[in-house]
Parts: sequence; C-alpha cells; structure tokens
Amino acid sequence: MAKVPALYGLMAEFETPEQLLEAAQRSRDDGYRRMDAYSPFAVEGLPEIVVSSHDKVPLAGIVLCGGLTGTLTGLVLQWYPNVVGYPLNIGGKPYFSWPSFIPIMFELTILFSALSAVFGMIILNDLPQPYHPVFNAPRFDLASRDRFFLCIETRDPKFDIDRTKDFLIGLDPVDVTEVES
Amino acid sequence: MNEAIRSGLNRLQSSALGAGAIFLILSGLGWYLNPPQFLHSYLVAFWFWLALTLGCLTILMVHYMVTGRWGYLARRPLEAGSRVLPLMAILFFPILFNVPALYQWANPELVASLDLTHFKLEYLNARFWVVRAVVYFAIWFLWIYLLNRWSVQEDAGGGAHRYFDRMRRLSGPGLVLFAFTITYAAIDWVMSLEPGFFSTIYGMIFMVVPALLGVALVVLTLTAFSKYEPFATLAEPKRFNDYGNLLLVFIMLWAYLQFDQFLIIWAGNLQDEIPWYVVRARGTWGGVAVALFLFHFAVPFLLVLQRAVTRRNRVLSTVCILLLIMEAVDLYWMISPAFSPKGPQLSWLDPVTFLGIGGVWVAWFAWQLKSRPLLPLHDPRFEGVVTVGT
Repeated sequence: MAKVPALYGLMAEFETPEQLLEAAQRSRDDGYRRMDAYSPFAVEGLPEIVVSSHDKVPLAGIVLCGGLTGTLTGLVLQWYPNVVGYPLNIGGKPYFSWPSFIPIMFELTILFSALSAVFGMIILNDLPQPYHPVFNAPRFDLASRDRFFLCIETRDPKFDIDRTKDFLIGLDPVDVTEVES
Repeated sequence: MNEAIRSGLNRLQSSALGAGAIFLILSGLGWYLNPPQFLHSYLVAFWFWLALTLGCLTILMVHYMVTGRWGYLARRPLEAGSRVLPLMAILFFPILFNVPALYQWANPELVASLDLTHFKLEYLNARFWVVRAVVYFAIWFLWIYLLNRWSVQEDAGGGAHRYFDRMRRLSGPGLVLFAFTITYAAIDWVMSLEPGFFSTIYGMIFMVVPALLGVALVVLTLTAFSKYEPFATLAEPKRFNDYGNLLLVFIMLWAYLQFDQFLIIWAGNLQDEIPWYVVRARGTWGGVAVALFLFHFAVPFLLVLQRAVTRRNRVLSTVCILLLIMEAVDLYWMISPAFSPKGPQLSWLDPVTFLGIGGVWVAWFAWQLKSRPLLPLHDPRFEGVVTVGT
C-alpha cells in the first residue's frame, strides 16, 4: 500500500503584492499564526503580519553576547602581554594604558558582533537546508518571478484541511494547493 | 497651514520672544556689571545657537546630496532654522567688539608672555580675525540665501526639476566649504582662547556638533507638529526611525572624534598639547568629562540603538532634549576651562545669556517657520506624497 505523504500546509497563490498583504492580514485576523509568505521582492509591512510573536528570534541577544565577547577578547589580548607577559616601559606610561587599548577593543567588538550576526542568522534560519517542503508546491518557482504565495502550515493549531482550504479560497487566490511535507 | 499649528507657532513666537528679551536685558546688565564674565558666558551661548543654525544648513545640504524620504518632512524646519543666521550675525557683535578683552593674543600686554610661534603671531591679529569672520558669515549667508530662494521658486514653479538640480549642485561644494569655514571659525573664535594648543581634529568636533543639533531640532519640531494633520499621517514611526539613525551616527561620530583627539594627544604626551587636557581632566572639569561620556554618549547611544525608542516620537524627543542639554555642557567643557582652569565657576550669566539668545532664536525660528508652507508640496521628487491641504 502506498504511503500517504504527510501534509506540510496549504499554499495559496496571488498575482499582486497587495492581494498577498490583504490575504496575510485576513488570515492573521482569522486567528492563523503559523504561516509564511513568499514573494519575489520585499513587500513592506508583510513581515510584521506574518511573523507572530512566538517566532521572535534571539538574534539581538546573540549579537550582544558576541560583541561583549569581542570587547573582552580585545582587553585580555592587550592586557596580558602589556601587564603580565612582557611589560615594557613605553614613554613612562603605566603598563595598563587603557586609553590605547580602546581602539582594538572597539574593533574586536564590531568584528565579533558582525560574525555572530551572520552565523546566528544562518543557524536560526536552519541553514543550510537542502530540502524544504514548499518546493513541492507546483508553480512555486514563480515565487522568485512574479507570483506571491501564502502558506498556512499544518502545525497551526487552528489548521483544519477543509475549513482552511475554504478560507483560503475565500481570499480569492489564483490557486490553492496542498503541499506535501 | 493647519490653524492649530499656526496659532501654536504664534504663541511660541511671542512667549519665546518675551522670555528672550528679558534674559537679553539681564545679559546687558551683566555686561555692565561684570564685563569679563559676560563675555565668557556669552561666547559659549553664542556657539551653541550658532551651531544649531549652521546644523540646519548642514543637514539640509546633506539631504540634497543623498536625498531620501526623511528629507521631505525635515526640509521646511531646516530651512527656517538656517534663516536665523541674520540674528546670529547681529548677536556676533558683542564678540566682534571685544576681541582684545576675550583673546590673550589680541592683548598687547599679554601677547609677549604667550611664547607663540612666528606663524601664530602673524595669523592671530585682530584685524585679520575680523576679516576672516566676515568671510565665514558671507559664505554662510550666500549658501543659506540661495538654498532658500530656490526652494521658494521650486514651490512656485509647480514641481520643476531644475531647482532641485541647482540646490544639489550647490550643496556638494557647500559641504566642503562648511568643513573649512567651521574649522577656521572654531580655531579663530574658540581654540585661540588657549593659543598654545593645537589639534587637527578640533574642527571636526565642531562640525559634528551642528549636525547633531540640527537633527534634534527636526525631531522636536515634527513631534510638536505630529498631533495635527497632515503631520499626524505623514510623520510615521518610520521617519522618526530615520532621524534616530542619524542621531546614532552623530552621537558615535562625536564620541569617536572626542576620544581620538584625546588618545592622540595622550599618546604623544607633548608639552604644547597636553595642558588643554590636563585642565579638563582634573577635579570638577574631569567630573564634567565623565558626565559627558555617560550622558552625551553612553546613555543616548544605548537608547537610540533601540527601535522602541526611535520609532516613538515622544521618547525620541526626550533623548533629543538630553542631547541638547549635554551639547551645551560639551561646549561649556571645551570653551570655559580657558577662563577658569581650576574648575567650573558657574555664574548667573551662564544660563541668562544662554536663554537670552535661545529665546530670541526660537522666536525667530517660529516666525520663519510659519512664513512658508510647512511641507515642500511641489518638490518634484515627492509629488503626490500628500494631497491634504497644508
């Protein structure tokens, strides 16, 4: 007996960004939380609608920690050789000449913040991701050309295959398809 | 123009003018009673309000060079602020007529004791000083006049592109000239108070100060307007986010330049340069320096990093008021130790001159602001942004 593939979600296809924006807003108003939108370019206002509060990512905290680690690294890297490892009298200044440490501490703060932002983003996005179910949707390649897609996922607590399908059809899309996971 | 805004500006103008006039009369009294103290207080106050005026010109020119939506709402307040320059030219006279009283190098009895290089002796003389001051004001006047005039013609011309192109062509050289004039003005009017000191970063610090003040003025003006249409619709959180980002840039640039100047002089440890910092890092002046680091950099920096702050105009305005106050402290810290190296000697004339010039400045600003439409309705780049009547 052939295995029935599990469902990832329902995908609605729209022709304009305005339609997508309205559809996303109405889905949100209707109580759907687990959804995502796909468009060939950034649609202003869309992320605020689609991303629900429990999807908030801890990227800011990661970058802050990275930055502070950089500051500390810069301090230790200069403090150790100058004060402990190989102290030299330079111009009669104290070994711990903190004003001259600040530029390096600053640079390392920026470097570590930037690196943690990039790698944090990659990890939080589950990248690299060779397989994603949305590509099972027919015509989904148009999402990088001229069509706009809204996918309500099965993990949404309000998801019900028939009712959600009716709801999406009510949003007047070009097409609604089931996406296999 | 919205009637509520007009009457608000009328009220602001008359009350600011009244307060300014009273404080200026008190300043005049101070001039009579204690001429040196008056001049010392007046110089700091004058720099603050002149920096605000020039900051409006700077941000305006920056907008013409880089463009962007943030300039649509900011243009009129910035233009009005730049048109206060005639007032600042009038208020320059007390300094102009007291060069020998203010500057040691202009005092024939003191100049021999200063041990200046040959070049400084030649450069710092009262007559040449006056000529240079006239040149700075002439350049500022010309740029402000032309940018404002073309802006009016653009409005009358119903969206013709040529005025924008002209303003843009003028702004590039204008920014270069601004860098030169403000550097020389800072050296002439402030740095030469301690004629032994020299620093090439000094002029740049005095370039950042106006820019910071200019953006703060825009935020405060637009926040006050944002209760009324069409600003209630147009002054979105996004726009304040833009201004907040500009503030972030200038706060960081200010800290960067102030620290750089300190670091270079501290590392060099040369006897010509360090007295400037020795005075400013000791005792109470040192405490002021720490306060500047905390409240001119650390606190506002951490605040404007957050969208929750920059997207709320009232919160952002509070940050701007903090920055305005700290900027006055910053100028006080940079200028006043020349007169009282042992520690700050606050005089009643410090706030009085500051509020005197400030009151008249605000009145003049309100008067200029209401004399023209509050939005550049015929800016060809933004045609159709707004259909509401102003």
